[in-house]
Amino acid sequence: MKTNDVILQFTAKLVFFIIFLFSVHIFMAGHYTPGGGFVGGLLAASAIVLLILAFDLKTVQAGFPINYRIMTAIGLVLALGTAAFPMFDGKPFFTHYFDYFDLPFFGKTSLHTAMLFDAGVFLVVVGVTMTIIQSIGEDE
Amino acid sequence: MTYFIFAAIGLVALSMLPMIYRMVKGPDASDRVIALDAIGVALISLIGLFSIVVETSYFLEIILLLAILSFIGTVAFSKFIEKGDIIDRDNSSK
Repeated sequence: MKTNDVILQFTAKLVFFIIFLFSVHIFMAGHYTPGGGFVGGLLAASAIVLLILAFDLKTVQAGFPINYRIMTAIGLVLALGTAAFPMFDGKPFFTHYFDYFDLPFFGKTSLHTAMLFDAGVFLVVVGVTMTIIQSIGEDE
Repeated sequence: MTYFIFAAIGLVALSMLPMIYRMVKGPDASDRVIALDAIGVALISLIGLFSIVVETSYFLEIILLLAILSFIGTVAFSKFIEKGDIIDRDNSSK
């Protein structure tokens, strides 16, 4: 029996963008206020899970042709590389560089290397969560 | 004003008790799912009232997060009740 879930699919398509933008906001806010790469990654993964719930694994995989294992590897390299980079400079592991820049649109902005580490954590969390969910959903 | 907010917090917290009763006792799975969703809404309003008391806006993000998680959980439970499996591999062939 084919069920007709037009309302759920339309809602999922709309809400996906809201959740994903909120995850980007949480990820960017993570330095001074609550948030960070882990929560943002979980939210982005839950946005994709909502699409998988409304549609199916095949459609979502066609929409996002991402190999999540490679995504996890890229995230690990980014996080560990950012953490290990100061050791080549003679500083301790996990040393944190930051400076103030004058960006054209945002004005005076502080850019931190902790952001790169957080981006790695984001990619790892999304990759691992989606790998788990795909491998759970694939077996009958 | 603060007494009013505290009274509202007490009332909302009190209103969660029958929902918890329905979630534990509920004769059917759908009763439990609806009770869980209502608990989520009550929790959201509780956090909103509490953020008025402590005069911070940091809790508003938690409200949005809780609403999103509650929504996804309710959708997943509904699909489980309706179809039996939550994630299907290919929807178009069936």
